[in-house]
Amino acid sequence: MDGPNSLLLAVIGVTLMLAGYFLYSKFLAKKVYKVNAEFKTPAHQFDDGVDFVPTNRYILWGHHFTSVAGAAPIVGPAIAVIWGWLPAVLWVTIGTVFIAGMHDFGALWSSTRNKGQSIGTLSGRYIGPRGRNLFLVVVFLLLLMVVAAFAVVISGLLVAQPGAVIPTWGALIVAVLVGQAIYRLRWNLLAVTLTGVAALYALIILGDRFPVELPEQVLGMTPEGFWIVALFVYAGIASLLPVWVLLQPRDFINGIQLFIGLIIVYGAVLIATPTVVAPAFNQNVPEGTPSLVPLLFVTIACGAISGFHGTVATGTTSKQLDRETDARFVGYFGAVGEGLLALGAIIATTAGFQTLAQWEEVYESFGSGGVPAFVEGGANIVNTGLGIPAGLSATILATMAVLFAATTMDTGVRLMRFVVQEIGELAKVRINIIAATAVVLVIGVALTFSQGADGSGGMLIWPLFGTTNQLLAALTMSIIVVMLIRKGRPFLPVLIPMVFVLVMSIYAALVQLVSFFRDAEWLLLSIDVVIIVAAVWVLVEAVIAMGQAHRGAKEPEDDVALSDDEKLPLDR
Amino acid sequence: MSLLAQLRARIRQVDAGLREFYVAPYRRTFARARRDEEDLFMMLVLSEALGVPNPAAGATLELLPEMLDRMHEWHVRMGMDRSPFEEHMRCC
Repeated sequence: MDGPNSLLLAVIGVTLMLAGYFLYSKFLAKKVYKVNAEFKTPAHQFDDGVDFVPTNRYILWGHHFTSVAGAAPIVGPAIAVIWGWLPAVLWVTIGTVFIAGMHDFGALWSSTRNKGQSIGTLSGRYIGPRGRNLFLVVVFLLLLMVVAAFAVVISGLLVAQPGAVIPTWGALIVAVLVGQAIYRLRWNLLAVTLTGVAALYALIILGDRFPVELPEQVLGMTPEGFWIVALFVYAGIASLLPVWVLLQPRDFINGIQLFIGLIIVYGAVLIATPTVVAPAFNQNVPEGTPSLVPLLFVTIACGAISGFHGTVATGTTSKQLDRETDARFVGYFGAVGEGLLALGAIIATTAGFQTLAQWEEVYESFGSGGVPAFVEGGANIVNTGLGIPAGLSATILATMAVLFAATTMDTGVRLMRFVVQEIGELAKVRINIIAATAVVLVIGVALTFSQGADGSGGMLIWPLFGTTNQLLAALTMSIIVVMLIRKGRPFLPVLIPMVFVLVMSIYAALVQLVSFFRDAEWLLLSIDVVIIVAAVWVLVEAVIAMGQAHRGAKEPEDDVALSDDEKLPLDR
Repeated sequence: MSLLAQLRARIRQVDAGLREFYVAPYRRTFARARRDEEDLFMMLVLSEALGVPNPAAGATLELLPEMLDRMHEWHVRMGMDRSPFEEHMRCC
């Protein structure tokens, strides 16, 4: 039986997500979070021109979306379609509408109502000091896994798509030049942006013409191993450089590239309308594939629900919210943007192949599809839809995925360095910037190569990342539930998804524990144990905090009766 | 408004939006760096008063009046509720 047309899939998915935004988020805004346009947001309360700055909601959405979107909404769905396209589509759409949108919107709202405090501080306040410690542990693990897994993703892509080597490394030179043009030469930003993007695409064409294939052994390593080491060295150096030199212009160019990539993929689907060749439910899963329940729900984390969004929403976005009502657009619609990226990845990996046999060949084992399948499938669709040669299309998509992953990787190394320095301070040991970076790199490399010399099994880490990410999301949702209970408001729209996510995370972590034990993967097993302990901890702390909130006196409805000091003129 | 003026205004809008998109994610990082630099400079200017020999005292002494306005903010940030130079330089 022929599968559905991918355009139909895209239309249904996009319609459901937009319906979620126009209908469900409106319900949340009115009945649950009760956002008030008159409430003086922290951006106005503490306007300091640095952290707290009232920002136009469209620009803020752009920041928020590009900060949360990385390679994760591509990697997860591209692996998860092994169970068939239908479970992945259902989880991405339902997850985005009822969980991710609600979670991101709620995280923004909770922080806005608490002076723009971060999720770490809020967990200390609403769940208790232990909740805060837990948060630090979870964030550290999350960053570690992102850094390790993305190094494997990028190295795999550079080997599979040698055309992406020149644009990947050349993008660094473009970013450095963009930074110089803006800060030193003070050129017009629009002109710099257009030149930067044109240069990036010129490099993609160049890379496609001159693919760089490494020999079988480089400095005694496999090509994958060599690229992993090179990436960690790069990430270490990038994290040490002043941000204006590389990271800032790089994030900027990548943000622009993200929008171009989305337009290319969806534009091609619209014109090519390929048929989905993968089965709706794959009854013929390769041997060794874990069961759909619970693994689907942690394999696709970003794109369905992601705790990382909560840290961004409460860390920087909430401090820049002009009106509380903007939280609906910035938070909920930010999650919709990520859902669209995940849906694009599902379509590319299920409709980008000619036959079912070809698709099954790519998905010969769990984790074997992934980003390379996205690149291959997506390139076929872009080739048919936009007429760009298949090789060049593959290079464009591979470069896009590599740039996403690399940006997250170097930022992850930088953030982990801060965590290591903080831990050092707690232990009364002063760790300088170089030593802290070295510690991060050693841990990251150890985790990456714990899978084997070429990092070929690196995707095993992926579900572990999903589990940790979902755990963080559950922690954020438990804070929102406590806030809602204290205010005497409906809390089931948050509690039900929270319980579902938490149960699936713990269940998945237990399944993985057995698998790691069977395969004698001791490092992963140790991390998994920490995650399970943290998950149970979240559960216990959250239940205690909710019970206390339920028994305690209800807070006054501050948003119904705002004092003059708390009001923002509506006609501003 | 002529078409050309409209186009110019639109380009200015896009440029302003792009600038905000470029600057905002790292606004905090830059502010911190600027503040750290200022703290170091303040320390250098006040080093003599803090009892640290300063070979450039001749030059930094002249800067002292310029720095007094920022003195209060600095010592509070350094964890001192009151000015460490109560006898000579009072600010709170």
